[in-house]
Amino acid sequence: MDIGKLQRESAYRWRIQPAGAMRVPGILYADEALLRDMDDKVFTQLSNVACLPGIVGAAYAMPDAHWGYGFPIGGVAAFDPMQGGIVSAGGVGFDISCGVRTLTTGLPRERVEAVKAELAHELGRAIPAGVGSTGRIRLDESEMDAMLTGGALWAVSRGYGNAQDLERIEEGGQCLHAEPSAISQRARRRQRDEMGTLGSGNHYLEIQHVVEIYRPEVADGFGLGMGEIVVSIHCGSRGLGHQIGTDYLQLMVQAAPAHGIDLPDRELACAPIRSELGARYLGAMRAATNCALANRQIITHLAREAVGQYLPDASLKVLYDVSHNICKEETHVIDGEPRQLFVHRKGATRAFGPGHPALQETLRVHGQPVLIGGSMGTASYVLTGTLQSESLSFSSACHGAGRSMSRHRAARQWQGRQLLAELKARGVIVISPSMRGVAEEAPGAYKEVEAVVDLADQAGLASKVARLEPLICVKG
Amino acid sequence: MPAAARWEHFDHGADIGVRGFGSTPVEAFEQAAMALTAVVTDPGSVRLQEVRRLQCKAPDLESLFYEWLNAVIYEMSIGHILFGRFDVTINEGQLTAALTGETVVPERHQPAVEIKGATYTELRVARESGGRWYAQCVVDV
Repeated sequence: MDIGKLQRESAYRWRIQPAGAMRVPGILYADEALLRDMDDKVFTQLSNVACLPGIVGAAYAMPDAHWGYGFPIGGVAAFDPMQGGIVSAGGVGFDISCGVRTLTTGLPRERVEAVKAELAHELGRAIPAGVGSTGRIRLDESEMDAMLTGGALWAVSRGYGNAQDLERIEEGGQCLHAEPSAISQRARRRQRDEMGTLGSGNHYLEIQHVVEIYRPEVADGFGLGMGEIVVSIHCGSRGLGHQIGTDYLQLMVQAAPAHGIDLPDRELACAPIRSELGARYLGAMRAATNCALANRQIITHLAREAVGQYLPDASLKVLYDVSHNICKEETHVIDGEPRQLFVHRKGATRAFGPGHPALQETLRVHGQPVLIGGSMGTASYVLTGTLQSESLSFSSACHGAGRSMSRHRAARQWQGRQLLAELKARGVIVISPSMRGVAEEAPGAYKEVEAVVDLADQAGLASKVARLEPLICVKG
Repeated sequence: MPAAARWEHFDHGADIGVRGFGSTPVEAFEQAAMALTAVVTDPGSVRLQEVRRLQCKAPDLESLFYEWLNAVIYEMSIGHILFGRFDVTINEGQLTAALTGETVVPERHQPAVEIKGATYTELRVARESGGRWYAQCVVDV
C-alpha cells in the first residue's frame, strides 16, 4: 500500500481522510512494514466501507488486513440502525461465525510426546476433515431447528460436552434471536451430514503447547501454564453458513436499488438493519452462528473422547470460543452516550476489556481471551482484551496472519509429502487426507503472525498473554 | 473439444479465480465449471460414473454464470461429488445442464479444498476482440 496516501497518527495508527462519498475516516492499525506489505485493495475496500449508510466512528482495518470481498478481511465497522445503518452479508462473509476455540488440559508436553503418533492417528480418525467428509450426526427438520436456535447449548443438551463449557463461549454458547425460517432449504440440505466436521482450507484441530508466557497473572487466570498442552479448534458454520452467505449476498444485491443504496462494489451488498431483508439476514446469520457454536462443541466432544483414550486423566476445559466472521448487536459509548450498534467483524475478533458487563463474571478480572489462530506449523497466540480497545476499535483485534501467497503459487512451490517430513522433523505431526491441500496450506504461504500480534499488542487493541506452538495438526 | 474451449485459474489473494473460454457462452460456462473442479482436484482423475441434472435461470449472462457456478457448487457440496464433464444448454436465459462425475475418493482425488461459493469479484462474461467468449469469477474457498 502507498503510505503516502495515509495520515500518520502514531507509529501504529494511520488514517484515510474522508473523501468523496466517505461518511467517516478509515483507520488502519499497522506499522510501516505491515502497511508496505498490505494490498492497495485494503485502502479501496476500507474507503468503500466508510461510504455505507449509518456507519459510526470509522471503518477500521486490523494489522492482519488483506483483500477481501467488499469488506477487507481484518475489517471492523459499526452501524447505527437509528441512522439508517446497514447489515452486510459480504461484511460477515461466507463462513459465518468461523472462529477459534481453545481448551486447556493442565498436562505437560511430555505426556503428549509419549503417545504422540497414536494420538495423532486417533484424532485424524475421530474428527471428520476435508472435502467429502461427513459427520455421524444426522438431524431431522425439528432437530435442525433446535440446533439452529440452541447453538452449543443444544449440543450440550444432546450429550456433547457439559454446562461449564457454555460459560466460556461468547453469549453463553447460544446466539439469541436466531430465525431458522429465514434459512433456505438448500442451506439446510448442505448441512445435513456436516455437523461435527472441520471442513478444509485453513481449518484445523491442533494439539499445541505453551512455549512463552508474557503476562503470568493473566495466563494463570486463563488456566495456561508454561509447557502445558492445549487443544485449539478452528472452523465455522460449514455448508449451512456458506449457502446463507450465497443466498443473502444475491438478495441484497438485487434489493439495493429499492433500499436506495448505491453499491460501489456488489460484494458490499447490504440492507438496512430496519428493513425486512436486513432483519431476515440477521435471523439467518444468528442461526448460522449457532450452527458454528454447535459444530465446535461437537468437535470438542470428539476431541475429548480421542484424547481420553491416551491421556485418561486429561481434563479438557474450554478456555474460550471466539467468532471472527460475524455481526453482533453491542452497546458502545459514543461521545458519552451509550448506543446500540451492529458491529461487523470480518476476520476480526471481539476483544472486550476487563470489567466489561457483557463478559461472564470469571472473565471480568482479566478481560476476554482473544484467540489468534496460526496455520499448520506456525504459532498461535492468546491475548486478552484491553480497556482502551473500546475507544480504539469498538473493542476489536486481529484474527490471524492471512495469506501472503496464493494457493496456486503455494502448490507450485511446495510438495505435501516433503512439507510433512519437514514439519515432523520439527516435532509437528500433520494428519491430512490431501497432500495437495497440505502444500496449498504451507506455513510459508502465510504472513508472519508474530508481526501482526505484536502490532495489536503495541497499538493496545489486545494484550499478549501466551504463545502456543503446534505438536499435532489435523487438517482438512 | 473445440480448439477454443479451455479453462484456467487466476490468482486472487487468499482465494482463486476460475475462467473458461469457448467459441460460445455455453462452452465458456462448461469450461469454467471444469476450472471449478480443478480448484479441488485434477479433473482428469474424476471418473464419469454418475449424472446430476440441474436448471437455473437469470435475466442476463453474467447473472446466469453466477447462478450456474453456485448451482454446481451446491451439487458438489450435497453429493460429496466431483464432476469431470459438463453438458450445458442455454435457451432464453434458462440453463439446463448434465453434470457427470463420481463421489469423492480422498485417496485418489487428493481434494485440496472445498468451495464455499461463487462471488461477484471479477465476474465477467464477455467476448474477446478475436471473438472468443470467456466467463470468469473468483470463488471463495
